[in-house]
Amino acid sequence: MSATSTTTAQVYRVYIKASAEAIWQAITDPEWTNRYGYTGYAHYDLRPGGSYQVMANEEFKAAAAAQGYPCPDVVVDGEVIEADPPRKLVTTWRMLMDPACVAEGFTQVTYEIKQVSDRACSLTVTHEVDGAPTVASLVSGQMDDRGEGGGGGHAWVLSDLKSLLETGSTLAG
Amino acid sequence: MFAALADPTRRFLLDLLYERDGRTLTDLASGLAMTRFGVMKHLKVLEDAGVVVARRSGREKLHFLNPVPIRLIHDRWIDKYTEHRVSALLDLKNELEIPS
Repeated sequence: MSATSTTTAQVYRVYIKASAEAIWQAITDPEWTNRYGYTGYAHYDLRPGGSYQVMANEEFKAAAAAQGYPCPDVVVDGEVIEADPPRKLVTTWRMLMDPACVAEGFTQVTYEIKQVSDRACSLTVTHEVDGAPTVASLVSGQMDDRGEGGGGGHAWVLSDLKSLLETGSTLAG
Repeated sequence: MFAALADPTRRFLLDLLYERDGRTLTDLASGLAMTRFGVMKHLKVLEDAGVVVARRSGREKLHFLNPVPIRLIHDRWIDKYTEHRVSALLDLKNELEIPS
């Protein structure tokens, strides 16, 4: 690799005043994942080769239908590559709500949780978006910045997750 | 965080990473009239503030822009200011609607 090597990964890191176990649960427990960010029930079969699906909740489906974009029951799917609770989770990731994203296929998401002090952990999300420019634009929040919708992406989700774990409520209240 | 951003060289480094993420020190230093050591010091300040995250990839250390700290400031402060502005507008509307 030369000095001009390029990479198509996005890296997001947040520090959260919570235990590694609490953060792991907020990422992998469907009742928790439905409470922050884009919401939806995430179901992980936490072993290599296990399935990963995010099911939209009723409120989300109704809102999507009202905007003229009826959404499927499963909004994200993928496969577990590595699960090392409460430290590391690697999955493939495919967004199923938008045809352009579906066409780009599976990308890879890694969650890493590290204890940084007695009371706090860092959570790092790395999304490898090689060959998936629409997904890259969506999860970075750039699509939303351009007024095309899609929400604030990983940075917004992590901000919301931090708020939920530290204060008991999300940014939306 | 604000101290980290209060320097033109560091803001330029962030601009470089915004343009293209995952760069090495050598790559970043080539865009600046400064020693590698100087660039390294500035990157360290940005890393300490959390707006740059370094990740090893083989023998290389790659630097990524981390937008989360800026997002947190947005969510914590800017949203509150927006609320205030909205309530200020409502107050104005109430004033205007009071029959004279």
